[in-house]
Order: sequence, then C-alpha cells, then structure tokens
Amino acid sequence: MKRIALLGMPNTGKSTLFNRISGASARVGNWPGITVDLMSAKILLGGHIAELIDLPGIYDLHGFSEDEQVVRHFLTHNPIDLLIVLLNSTQIERQLSLLIQIKKLGFPVVLALNMTDEAKRAGITIDTASLSDALALPVIAISAKYGDGLPKALEAATEIINQNKTTTNPTSINLLLQEESQIEREMEDLIHKHVQIPATLTDDTTDKIDRVLLHKWLGLPLFFLAMFLLFQFIFTVGGPLQEGLAWLLDMIRSSLLEPLFSSSPTWFKGLMLDGIYNGVATVAAFVPIIILFFLVMSMVEDSGYLSRAAFLMDAIMAKMGLDGRSFVMMLMGFGCNVPAIMGTRIMRSRPMRLLTMLVIPLSLCSARLQVFIFIIAALFSPKHAPLVLFALYVMSFFIMFLTAVLFQNQYKNTEPFILELPPYRFPTPRQIVLRGWQEVKHFLNRASKFIILGVVMVWLLTNFPSNVAPASIDTYAGQIGVMFSPILDPIGINHELAIALIFGFVAKEIVVGALAVIYGLQGDALMAQMASQIDWVQAMSFMLFTLIYTPCLSTIATIKNESKSSAFMWLSIIWSLGLAWVVSFVFYQGARALGY
Amino acid sequence: MQALSQLGTGQHAVIAAIEAEESLFHRLSALGFRVGKPLSIMRRANFNGPLHVRLGTTDVILRSNEASHIRIQAL
Repeated sequence: MKRIALLGMPNTGKSTLFNRISGASARVGNWPGITVDLMSAKILLGGHIAELIDLPGIYDLHGFSEDEQVVRHFLTHNPIDLLIVLLNSTQIERQLSLLIQIKKLGFPVVLALNMTDEAKRAGITIDTASLSDALALPVIAISAKYGDGLPKALEAATEIINQNKTTTNPTSINLLLQEESQIEREMEDLIHKHVQIPATLTDDTTDKIDRVLLHKWLGLPLFFLAMFLLFQFIFTVGGPLQEGLAWLLDMIRSSLLEPLFSSSPTWFKGLMLDGIYNGVATVAAFVPIIILFFLVMSMVEDSGYLSRAAFLMDAIMAKMGLDGRSFVMMLMGFGCNVPAIMGTRIMRSRPMRLLTMLVIPLSLCSARLQVFIFIIAALFSPKHAPLVLFALYVMSFFIMFLTAVLFQNQYKNTEPFILELPPYRFPTPRQIVLRGWQEVKHFLNRASKFIILGVVMVWLLTNFPSNVAPASIDTYAGQIGVMFSPILDPIGINHELAIALIFGFVAKEIVVGALAVIYGLQGDALMAQMASQIDWVQAMSFMLFTLIYTPCLSTIATIKNESKSSAFMWLSIIWSLGLAWVVSFVFYQGARALGY
Repeated sequence: MQALSQLGTGQHAVIAAIEAEESLFHRLSALGFRVGKPLSIMRRANFNGPLHVRLGTTDVILRSNEASHIRIQAL
C-alpha cells in the first residue's frame, strides 16, 4: 500500500483538505512512538490503495514544539511515497520556508496552494506555472473549502506515485535533517522573483470585526455573551434530544427487551437489562451533546475566534498556568465534562492540556445540577434554595482555580505563548458536520467498553448477594458503605447516601434514581423520608462531595483516552476524591462546631 | 534600543535583534519575526495581557514576556 502524508503550517486548512479527500472514512491511527492521534484514511488513487495521513500543523521542521517533534518523528521513522505540502497563499512569503526544508530532504512533493480566493482578494498574484518550474515539482492552486483544483492535485499525486518505485528512506532523512540549510536566502529569492505582495492587505473586514470583538472594554463582555449564547444553544437543543433518546431507549427496553428476557432467570435478566443495556444507554445519552458541542466548537475554531478568546482571557488565566483556550473549555465543562475534555485537543502544549483536563471535572455539570436540585428541594426552604445553588456554583469555580494554582508547577507550560490570529472565515457546513461525526465515532469506539464494564460492576455490587433486597445495606455496595463509615461518618454521610455515591461513579444522572431504589420510595415520599433522616448540614456536605468527586465513568474514560495515561487518570480520580473529602470534612465539622 | 514590549499601541517599528533561547527563537522566526522586518502594535489586552502585533501579512498575539526578547527600533 502506498503511503501519503499531508503536511502544512497551522491554519492553512489542512484538516479541511484531509476531510475533503477522505470523506467520512477517516479513522484515528496509532503510530509507534507518537503520543498524539493522527487521522488517516484509505483512499483510491490511480488504481492504488493509498493511506493518507494528516500530520499536525507545524511551522518548521526544526522546531521544538510537541507537534514539530511528532512530525519529525513520523518522517524519520516511516517510509512514505509522497508528501502533499499545503501552504496558505496569503502568507506564501513566510510559509515557503517549510516547503524548501521538505524539498531539501528529498521528499517527493506535490505543492498545493490553498486559499487562493483569499489571496486574490488581498491582491496577491502567484504565477504557479513558473513557480512550479523553479521548484521542479507540481504546484497546484486549490480551495480546500470548496474543492476547487482538488482533482488536478490528486492527478499530480497519482503521477508521482506511479513514477516512484521506492519509498523515502527514514534513516537518511534523519541524517539530512541534522544539516542546516540555506533556507532563508532561497526563500527570499523565490518570493522576490515569483510573487508580488502589496504592502498592506486590501481585505480589511477582519480588522473591522476585530475593532469590536477585541475592543479594550467591550471585548470581554462580548466574549462572555458569545459563550453564554453558545452554551444556551448546546444545552437547550441538546436537552430535548437527550430526553428523546432516553425515551426511545426506554421504549426499546420495555417493549422489546423485557419480553425477550421474561423467561430468563432473574439474575441473567438483571445483568442484561440493568447491567449491560443500562451501560449502552449511558453511553448513548452523551451522543447528542457531543455532536452539538463539536458542531459549535468547530464553528468557533474554524472562524478564528478561538485565538481571539485566548487574547482576551490570557491576562487572568496566565496566573494559573493556563491560557484563554483553557477557559473556553472550562466553561463548556459546566454543561458536560466529556466533550469539554475532548475539546482540550485544541491546546498544543501537553502540560497545559493536562492541567486543563485536571480542572474540568470539577465544574458543576448539568448532571450534578439534577442531583442538587432534588436535594435542595427536599432539604431547603424555597427562600434559601437559590442561595444554596449559587454557593455551589461559586464553590465549583473556586476549587477549579485552586486546583489550577496548586498544580501549575507540576504541569509547567514550556511553550511560549505566541499565536497567530487568522483572518475570520466562515466554515462550510460539510466541514462542521464531518467534525461532529468523527468526534462521536471516536467517543463511542473508545469509551463504550470501559463504561459498560463499569455499569455492570456497579450492578453486581448493588444486586449481590442474591438473597437480599437490591441496593440495600446488605448488598456488597451496602457493605462497602459500612466499611467506609469511619471515613464517611466524619463528613456526615450515612450508609444510604454512601451507596448513592457509589452509583454516582457511573453517572450523576442515576444518583436520584439510586436514592429511590435505596429508600424504596419515590418523589415527595422520598423527599420527606430524606428530610426526616438527614439535616441540612449533612445534605450540604453530601452535595459538596458530589460536586467535587469524580463526575462519571464517561469522564474517566475520556480522561484516559485523551491523556493516554492511566497514571494521570488515577491522579484525577484520587485528587478529586481527596479534595471532596477535605472540603466536606471542613464544612461538616465547622458547621457542627458552630452549633448547627 | 527598546524592547517590543515597551512599544506603544499604534506605533510602528523595525526589528533590530531577537535575543531569545533556541526554541523561542525558532518559533518567532517561523512566524515571521526576523531582523529588519517592520511591525506595528495593533492593540494590547487589558491587565497587562498579550500584545497584538502585525508583521507584514501576519497577525500574531504574544505575551509581553515573550515580546521583551525582541529588540526594536521605533519609527
């Protein structure tokens, strides 16, 4: 099989081109020695099946950023048949350096010049024919967004692949890479001879928008307004979709699966329906939110606003070792932690990404909100209810900042904060939809096994031994609750609440349902029973613990996949559990000491 | 000779020297920061936030810490 790699600087539309060539067939591939995901796709090219790999965007083959190291590692360890180098025509005078570096190394190259429409508007004219002669390689003007010029580029790629019988030799490339070259002089010479650039760009729409969106005093309020609207959009549209999906899954269960398993032994039926099927349903519940989140995020990202958000928030976030992009993901975590953690991929520095991933699970996500609303309604007067909820939100922000400040030296960001501000662009619907679909596939592939296993385990704990009532004190879960009472008693959490916390590991959505099973009551009766058993100090302590400890199995699975490190996953679990206990302990004992 | 971090908003300058360690130097030069190149400060974020710099056709944001490594000749 032929192997083709796609290479270019950041913000050149490389992923757009990749998606356009590969369609929906792309998948995430693992490469030895490389810690980030590389997308690849099998495509048909002139009778060959070729593997197309999307390499991370880099500025320079000799750079020191993580992405630059990944690309270097890939090219010096994997033989390839062709490199498609994609450059942004509006910045050709700067970007040509990368192509010349590549060419010096002897790679077979097709040069694709993207965004020729934008360049034309800016008054830049590129003589592709003479540039092609000078470089001695095919140069093709394309539009990755609309697909113009793409057939021509693929034709050129086919021709090279058919001519070349041998692949590149990674070892000799490694040697060549170590030699310094006269890139700068050659680049300037080429630009001087073949490209004309006006002194200032004539397209000043971006400047006009920036004057408002990056305004000294309006910029931040507008940013918060934009975030609020996006957030509202995701969760007002996502909520009904999730409910609809839950209704559908429920119907499949009651009208199809329950009759199917009606004659099976009780334990088998329980395992299949309450264990495995509930696990599937838990995974499925995330799908609408993930799709919507990535539809919106890819819009924000491709439009160029994300770098602007970084500009606006940087002064505050820098004090916590984070940057403005982390803040966008932290806010999104208040809706749902899972897509927010997946979204940290926009950060290219690994330490900063890990720090953000450590902070996101502490946000008061919508599933936790359900638990709080139920407990607050049961234990607090309508007058105090809004105050309690507000205090929980403040607490959430506080522990997020605290965690970031405490861990910022462990995850010290070594990359300089220098970002390009791309001009504003409209992403095409196709781009957005493909992105959403790929993220969902990614999540389903990786998270489903982990989550189903977890749900089955909690089902076993709460249903065995088989001769006792499910979810009661006598089950294994109840026994664990009793076992932990030396730890949980000092924070005011009784055995019933302890079992609910064990359920809460799977998902916060099922905590209220679990309480109903544990107490054997529902709705108002359950609220009344709880109000008679625990007082408000215990309830608050329980809510603080619920706020801070591990949000759900899906979040844990996502942290593991995204960080590619079990150690980091365990750090996140242990830190949040420890912090939850300390905060609840201080609150509970403090309130009791004050006589409440 | 001034540092880029001291240049006022709206002012123009030419890069005189880049005094940075290797990795920062590489990143700067890849984004177009080279000796002799003219640039201007478009804006600064509040609370000592990043600078928005225009270099030819490229707009870049960077923290003043990074900008202090770039020596400039104001125009």
